[in-house]
Amino acid sequence: MPETYCITDWNQIGISTSDILNRITDEALAEVGRRFFAGSRLGLADGLACLETPDLVGLGTLASAARRARFGDRAFYVANHHINYTNICVNGCKFCAFHRSQGSPEGYLLKPDEVAAQICRSGVSGLREVHLVGAINPEPDFTYYLDLLRAIKTVGPDIRVKAFTAVEIDHISKRSSLSWSDCLAALREAGLDALPGGGAEVFSERVRQELFPAKIDADTWLAIHATAHRLGIGTNATLLFGHIETPVERIEHLLRLRAQQDETGGFRAFIPLVFHPGNTSLSDLPGPTGVETLKTIAAARLILSNIPHIKAYWVMLGLKLAQTALHFGADDLEGTIVAEKIAHQAGAETAVGLTREDLEQLILSAGLTPVERDTFHQTIKAA
Amino acid sequence: MTLDESIHIAESDNRLSFKAAQVLYAEADLLTLAQLAQAVRFRHNPERLATYAVDRNINYTNICTSGCRFCAFWRAKSHSEAYVLDDATLAEKLEETKALGGTHILFQGGLNPDLDMEWHEDRIRLIRSFGLNLHGYSPPEIIFLAKRFSLKVEQVLERFVDAGLSSIPGGGAEILVDRVRRMVSPGKANSREWLGVMSAAHKMGLRTTATMMFGHVETPTERLIHLFRLRHLQDETGGFTSFIPWPYQPGRETVQVKTMGGTEYLRMLALSRLVLDNFAHVQASWVTQGAAIGQVALAFGADDLGSTMIEENVVAAAGVSHRLTRREMIRLIEKSSFQARQRDAVYVAVGRV
Repeated sequence: MPETYCITDWNQIGISTSDILNRITDEALAEVGRRFFAGSRLGLADGLACLETPDLVGLGTLASAARRARFGDRAFYVANHHINYTNICVNGCKFCAFHRSQGSPEGYLLKPDEVAAQICRSGVSGLREVHLVGAINPEPDFTYYLDLLRAIKTVGPDIRVKAFTAVEIDHISKRSSLSWSDCLAALREAGLDALPGGGAEVFSERVRQELFPAKIDADTWLAIHATAHRLGIGTNATLLFGHIETPVERIEHLLRLRAQQDETGGFRAFIPLVFHPGNTSLSDLPGPTGVETLKTIAAARLILSNIPHIKAYWVMLGLKLAQTALHFGADDLEGTIVAEKIAHQAGAETAVGLTREDLEQLILSAGLTPVERDTFHQTIKAA
Repeated sequence: MTLDESIHIAESDNRLSFKAAQVLYAEADLLTLAQLAQAVRFRHNPERLATYAVDRNINYTNICTSGCRFCAFWRAKSHSEAYVLDDATLAEKLEETKALGGTHILFQGGLNPDLDMEWHEDRIRLIRSFGLNLHGYSPPEIIFLAKRFSLKVEQVLERFVDAGLSSIPGGGAEILVDRVRRMVSPGKANSREWLGVMSAAHKMGLRTTATMMFGHVETPTERLIHLFRLRHLQDETGGFTSFIPWPYQPGRETVQVKTMGGTEYLRMLALSRLVLDNFAHVQASWVTQGAAIGQVALAFGADDLGSTMIEENVVAAAGVSHRLTRREMIRLIEKSSFQARQRDAVYVAVGRV
């Protein structure tokens, strides 16, 4: 099942490796490029060379070659709706501006029919996906989560539901007194199609102890995804970067994802999440710059040879940088989203939703061909 | 001419012909353009340095008779929001700029028939009395004053230089093609007049910048004509310090077009660096593009991040508002693997970093 990508003849797909390597002005990066084109898997030192190179554009040409090898000039988006069913959370992660404590007047928990009603009002024609994530709210019982999924499926049986991060799955399985596997199976029975990649943050115990000690650790996050993969449930993976993590911790995160993918193969997309400091207890940190963001995306494309898609999540990157990221290894702009809350509570300045036309225009003006996809990255054929 | 031939010309440091520039703009891959542009950037500025300025935009009036269709800043004299800056407010702004380590004031305003030459000269002297350089009066303002008071362009410039004008900003260039100007800015200097002011200023020893506002009603060919007209004048005078391209920002009541994406901006920036082989500097526009793309532009041909802009009104009036402190400006430059260096209005390094 793990799809490892290995091109033996780059010229055959119209990519001149010698042109790309000759134009790289940083020797350490050129060495990474030679190893990459020779089909070697990149390691920690290679990843660090990507993050530290002064030749941003040279790095972009390597990551673009990797993207083009997979997808040619196509770039993807999905007609979807993000819904956050609750913001009441006991985890209290320091980088989060979305959560509220129990009893807070701003706390909420949506009823299943309210979620269904929001989706009905989304205004996106041909909605393909609902992205449903919430928080670690002790109040609802297991039935609530099943009802949520069933309610969404009543809106449209063709809507795919990508719901509950591994952090929530761990919580829900405790509420249900079921194992992760049995819990996931029951959720799938109720309508769960895929897991989003959130809650991974950074796979560093040092960072976890400082920023999110109450949240599941890296081993647990990976084990829950592995469980989903073994059930045939595809998942995404994320990295929240640009706060207190070191470059080494950033690259080690990517390497752990790649190792997990070798074992279970169910990751479909990797989504680098830009840390937004607004309204968090880390608001004195500046967040990563555009150059660091593009380098991280490019490094991810080069290192994650066995994960098909790299998403430029426009909500957190901003439209202009997300579009530029399509030339730095990303192949997917996520989607219409409709009503994003989590990044906006932390000061993201983007719109809360986009139209299909907006997304297609962004891709076209970047010089690529827009392709609408579903949750499983299957192409939607125009009706 | 093929793409490969055009790339070859650019790579061999030869001057781009109009045709070669057209082919590159239409066909070259974004990152290839960036790499070609970076080579020109490092030819002019070999050190891994990027510069920035600390200054303030002061708009002395928003009353304007020009009525440009892309502008959200101007007001009619009768409008409740119309203003002419008073001296007390001006002095306060100058004081603050000094305190923040500013080197100069970018001083521009609307085409306001009520302000005479003496009014302007007094303001120039006031600004200079604070020990700040004055980078002010874009060509449309100079042309307007010359016509209004029946003076030659040279006479307006001489009087302003005598009062203390230090250099001239390249604003009001928009697109230097009169078909476009008749559509978007029929009430102000035409392209010949704009170039004429810059030529006269250069011949008097004034240094100036040049701008381009693109992404409204112009064609790709007209963008190139703009660049080639600037290159031609620069061959003659050598007085331009830098080029600053920035995409049009649609406001609520101005010409409606799709806001340009980041890649289209970066593409134009890189092409500008390639065509304007006789310009020492190209400036990134974080004011219109935001800090992230402004920073990324340093890898696409720009060697300057512009100014901290303690105050900015014109782009903000179109609903786009970004803020950068000096500390953040330096961080953006250093995270791009460049050393940061403060410069003044004519691109001379300021003593401290």
